[in-house]
Amino acid sequence: MAQAKKSPGTAAETPPSILTVNNIEVIYDHVILVLKGVSLEVPQGGVVALLGANGAGKSTTLKAISNLLYAERGEVTKGNIAFKGDRVDARSTNDLVKRGCIQVMEGRHCFEHLTVEENLLTGAYTRGNARKEIKDDLELVYTYFPRLKERRSSLAGYISGGEQQMTAIGRALMSRPVMMLLDEPSMGLAPQLVEEIFEIVKLLNEEQGVSVLLAEQNTNMALKYAQYGYILENGRVVMDGPAAELRENPDVKEFYLGISEEGRRSFRNVRSYRRRKRWLN
Amino acid sequence: MLFFMETVISGLLAGVMYSLVALGFVLIFKASGVFNFAQGVMALFAALTLVGLLSGTTPFTHIDNPAFAMPAWVAIPLTIVVMIVFAILVERFILRHLVNQEQIILFMSMVGLAYVLEGAGDILWGSDVKVIDLGLPQGAWDWLLDGYGLYIEKIELVAAGTAVVLVAFLAVFFQKTRIGRALRAVADDHQAALSVGISLRSIWIIVWSVAGVVALVTGVVWGAKSGIQFSLSLIALKALPVLILGGFESIPGAIVGGLIIGVGEKLAEVYGGEIIVAIFGRWYEIDPGIFSATENWFAYVLALVFLLFRPQGLFGEKIIERV
Repeated sequence: MAQAKKSPGTAAETPPSILTVNNIEVIYDHVILVLKGVSLEVPQGGVVALLGANGAGKSTTLKAISNLLYAERGEVTKGNIAFKGDRVDARSTNDLVKRGCIQVMEGRHCFEHLTVEENLLTGAYTRGNARKEIKDDLELVYTYFPRLKERRSSLAGYISGGEQQMTAIGRALMSRPVMMLLDEPSMGLAPQLVEEIFEIVKLLNEEQGVSVLLAEQNTNMALKYAQYGYILENGRVVMDGPAAELRENPDVKEFYLGISEEGRRSFRNVRSYRRRKRWLN
Repeated sequence: MLFFMETVISGLLAGVMYSLVALGFVLIFKASGVFNFAQGVMALFAALTLVGLLSGTTPFTHIDNPAFAMPAWVAIPLTIVVMIVFAILVERFILRHLVNQEQIILFMSMVGLAYVLEGAGDILWGSDVKVIDLGLPQGAWDWLLDGYGLYIEKIELVAAGTAVVLVAFLAVFFQKTRIGRALRAVADDHQAALSVGISLRSIWIIVWSVAGVVALVTGVVWGAKSGIQFSLSLIALKALPVLILGGFESIPGAIVGGLIIGVGEKLAEVYGGEIIVAIFGRWYEIDPGIFSATENWFAYVLALVFLLFRPQGLFGEKIIERV
């Protein structure tokens, strides 16, 4: 379990944190300011949720950490990011993967013309040619995702969305990560599958000791599995706290869980209500 | 019948040459989505470098000094090294800065690269027509000529053999090795490849180096046939219809497309006129030599037909769509 923490600003001193993001600002193409000072922290072995609506900056935060921003002509212009105590904000993705921090991108992004097994093997790219170990890890991935074993020789473009998500997570696992950045694993999946995938992530966290930073729109699910949560809006962290507290917070309930004091509202009312009241104004 | 066979075979052999040029394009297009306009110039440059080293030319002065002449087994690896250095420079000064830019910007940079490389080749090695002598066999195969009456040039068979070996090597490299798998991953999805820690920079260097080696082979076999001169860089244009026919992303497509165009060209030139006369001769008086100069444009017309009816080419990547 995560240790109790205070606000993100002072939390930097709490010793066993694997990832610290300190007040970062991200600009795309030298003009578009997307993140306006985001700070967060993931404790060693913890599961932390990053919540917020479309365009709040969840994906950008993850990409800033993994430095996939570079390929999108984005840039961290202020603040810093530390992984396992080292500053990594100017490191390449390749370097971060070698250090054990890997991102599972939003929308699965499997290599469609490669088979499932080849997809998994690309995850071990940074590990060179350690054949025996890689083979063992492949079996390990198959024990977590038995379905992938059945489909190992199908092209990844032709398997179902759930299986693709499993392939993407399995592929990341092949790099032997200590930290996974999961970007919306629930996207476009049936509720039952979402639950299945979150259960596997939980197992990975408990058995393999992988710390997880989880960006999600499915607030309910995310807060069920995470120990701590941050809420982003308009490129800023507007609220953070232990998951249990966030679940009970009336504003979170209203904004993200669709439950108000009078019980569930109709979708139409929620929208008009949201327009009047926002976290930031 | 014998004449027909001869036509087909010489068409196939010419087709192998087209395939080689197209192969270089496909490799780079798959890995970086860049249409490498400079592939033809790369072939010219590689061949010029090889000849320069073989004859001991001092760069910039264009003076041959036999004392510095290198044997082929030194000159060839050295030329490959030059092409690898070229790949590194391209990555360092072009690709790295244009990551995630518009297609047209990348294309224009390749046009620029073609001119720069062409100029560099001229300045370094001079612009006169050069003869390459790697000791490749010349003339026709006597036993084929005597026994079956077929006239086939040895050099063309050597070229075909080289192409087969090269393609087989590339196929194994792409399918079976870790780097090959990474190359295919990059071709499929740049971002995802980045996310699993594949370094695009090193992949680009590798793929441009491989394309450089392919260019060297192309330059040598074409150069051995027609001398090494500026027109060599124009064979790149012949690769365009090949690519449209075969599909831009497909290595087998580049090969089959090249063969089809090679054979089609020869057949159209030799038999096209007769066919036209046979069909329309009843109504009009037609000169049977009407198709005698088709070699220059036949490929493009064929490509146009393909663009109309099968724009992804014969082997173009199946677009996997999920609904």
